[in-house]
Amino acid sequence: MAAEISDLDLKIWRGDSRGGEYVSYVVPVREGMVVLDAVLWVQANLASDLAVRWNCKAAKCGSCSAEVDGFPRLMCKTPIADYGAALSVRPMKTFPVVKDLVTDVSWNYEVNKQIPPFTPSEKDMTASEPWRMQQKDVERSMEFRKCIECFLCQDVCHVLRDHDSKRVFYGPRFMIRIAELEMHPRDVLDRTPLLKEKAGVGYCNITKCCTEVCPEHIHITDNAIIPLKERMDDVYFDPVRWALRRLGRGAKHRAGE
Amino acid sequence: MTGPAYETVETDVLILGAGGAGLRAAIAAGEAGLRVLIVCKSLLGKAHTVMAEGGVAAALHNVAYQDTWEVHFADTMKGGKMLNDWRMAELHAKESPERVLELERWGAVFDRTWQGRIHQRPFGAHTYPRLAHIGDRTGLELLRTLQDRVVHTRGVDVHMEVTVVKLLKSDGQIAGALAYRRSDGSLILYRCAALLLATGGAGKMYRVTSNSWECTGDGTALAYDAGAQLRDMEMVQFHPTGMVWPAGVRGILVTEGVRGEGGVLRNKDGERFMERYDHERMELSSRDIVARAINSEVSAGRGSPHGGVFLDITHRKPEFIKSKLPSMYEQFLKLAKVDITTQPMEVAPTIHYAMGGVRVDAETGASTVPGLYAAGEVAAGLHGANRLGGNSLSDLLVFGKRGGEGVACRARSNPQAARAKLDEREVDSAITALMAPLERPAAESPYKLQVEIQETMSRYAPIVRDGAGLEAGLEAILEIGARARACGTGGSTTLAFNPGWHTAADLSSMLINAEALLRSALERKESRGAHARSDFPKLDEALAEVNFVAEKTPDGMVVKAEKRPPMPAYLDGVVHQSYARYTPEERE
Repeated sequence: MAAEISDLDLKIWRGDSRGGEYVSYVVPVREGMVVLDAVLWVQANLASDLAVRWNCKAAKCGSCSAEVDGFPRLMCKTPIADYGAALSVRPMKTFPVVKDLVTDVSWNYEVNKQIPPFTPSEKDMTASEPWRMQQKDVERSMEFRKCIECFLCQDVCHVLRDHDSKRVFYGPRFMIRIAELEMHPRDVLDRTPLLKEKAGVGYCNITKCCTEVCPEHIHITDNAIIPLKERMDDVYFDPVRWALRRLGRGAKHRAGE
Repeated sequence: MTGPAYETVETDVLILGAGGAGLRAAIAAGEAGLRVLIVCKSLLGKAHTVMAEGGVAAALHNVAYQDTWEVHFADTMKGGKMLNDWRMAELHAKESPERVLELERWGAVFDRTWQGRIHQRPFGAHTYPRLAHIGDRTGLELLRTLQDRVVHTRGVDVHMEVTVVKLLKSDGQIAGALAYRRSDGSLILYRCAALLLATGGAGKMYRVTSNSWECTGDGTALAYDAGAQLRDMEMVQFHPTGMVWPAGVRGILVTEGVRGEGGVLRNKDGERFMERYDHERMELSSRDIVARAINSEVSAGRGSPHGGVFLDITHRKPEFIKSKLPSMYEQFLKLAKVDITTQPMEVAPTIHYAMGGVRVDAETGASTVPGLYAAGEVAAGLHGANRLGGNSLSDLLVFGKRGGEGVACRARSNPQAARAKLDEREVDSAITALMAPLERPAAESPYKLQVEIQETMSRYAPIVRDGAGLEAGLEAILEIGARARACGTGGSTTLAFNPGWHTAADLSSMLINAEALLRSALERKESRGAHARSDFPKLDEALAEVNFVAEKTPDGMVVKAEKRPPMPAYLDGVVHQSYARYTPEERE
């Protein structure tokens, strides 16, 4: 363990949509303390109206996302011992600030509504016997279903963060949502048109920042976005497929068309 | 009208809480064709259900072919020390397999057996491997599946980060609720034809807990205040295994799945001490027994360096541990710098679950107040004196659906309630009480009072209780209650996302839960399940059929004993039948 420090100089961004600034607080450090503990200590002792979201405190709910020394992290999973005697916390930059560390993430919920849900075949829906699926076949979907919706990947994605292109790109979180549905062995809907148009998978240029910040270690780019890009290319930009489509073949039930 | 203005929102069915029970109920009520509004304290998808790790119990008999609803029923009743509502236990055991399969048809992805069926793992006090699971994140899978279903169910809407502070009645039946938005403190008056509570538990009234900030027992408190009966409030579950070290993470849950997958408990001398407490079932005994065993080991000076015992799964292969218990592996590595594939974990009991809660009708979830329904942890009955692991997720699904149908049926047959006249003075006084701390910001800090409640409960209502301690705890809670009614906000008067003010508003819920727990525990003069008393260490057969019911009266809270109707003969036979022991075929 790093050298024990007794006091932490914790700078927390305080403010709202009109602006704000870092405020310094001195926090007594306990063994094993995480950043969220320090923030909650400030709330209970020095700044009762300090706004922060949190729930499980065990990295399972994805509520306490913030930028610790500028890096997107879950505060409940970030030990203070990794930082030394000073650190700063600010809200996620990609979303509008509500107050202090709380941001308005409602855009994500709107995007989620636009993705057609899991759709099994009529035959599967009415089957009298429970489905049989092999572990190997469900594992790919499972990886993406580990997502705790902390939105750190959305926060770090430069398409959303620096270019504010929320109108044309759903962001990494919803790429893995689409991938999870597309790769589910019993789903029969084709979401490729959605990917190409509204979801905007083409906007991702594979910098892998999302993968780097994912607290669940989901291989967002390699296992979801790249296969989705390939799928779209296959359907829309493969010359043979293009020609067949002109001839009216290969048409499938497609969402968003 | 004297207080600040409020917005009025009308719906058919109002559901408080967006955990598993609330979401499943919303789907059922939405599918019945009604307008449904879910109101939750946090963001959608963050509810405490995500913390459920080990699995959902259902007699699917995919791993043990002998498993049936009868065995599941018998396990649940025996685990609950026969204090359960037998009809709820029967419905639960019969319906949970279908609820799990339905979840799969909605897109949930469970771990599989080699034959491609849903895999089931062994768990404490379940005769057969019964817990359908996804690694150790079953709750997240369940919640996410229901969340996606809700989003695409017509007629269902969600209000996030809104806290309800009062249920409103008209002519003795539920007609609405008063709430505030966390983001800006603005007020909403909900009007509804019927209301379902799915607010979860009250674990936050203890210091060491696996529960989050929002588990302050709001549903039980709101129901109590509206005149509903609370049942079995003395029964709170200590989960045997919470993290103990470092101090900052004390209380965080360590899934029973660790023991389900073969983990063993040892004291500081390396002894597998469960041998002495339950040599038949060992680590997979029921939670009340394992929690007390750990407590006894630590009290006897045989604990680990930080006041717990050792939970060891290092005899399993590292790949096996990482695939079956991925979030446990990650949690210990990150928060305690312990690699569970090579080192034992240190664990101790942590407050986990409330078996007691709102007294409900087994079939519909109806409380004793017309128009008020409850499902999930906030409702009492299914688990009796001790809940088996895995029975909570199945509870949410089975009684979420039933409660949703019940509340929808009521709303359909009684639509005028949503437009009935409310007592203006009642609304005004609720607003005044809610706003009061903002008028005296510098009065006593709500954070300080919250800690006092937690310390009082941890000290006077621990795993093993006694009459004198419970009396002292009750006195302390009543005294804190008096101060809480005059508390401030911690210093700030802003309406904008002000957690100090929100905490002040939560105090009254915690205090009602604490008082009901202590009063009921004083009445139960025996040791049964999760309720252990050093002054009455034995089980009293006569109390097996007695439940303690708390109710609001003009003179304050009153707890009375009530006899349950006897179990019908066919269920009695099911409980007392003996079932073949499970012998696993080695396939790994």
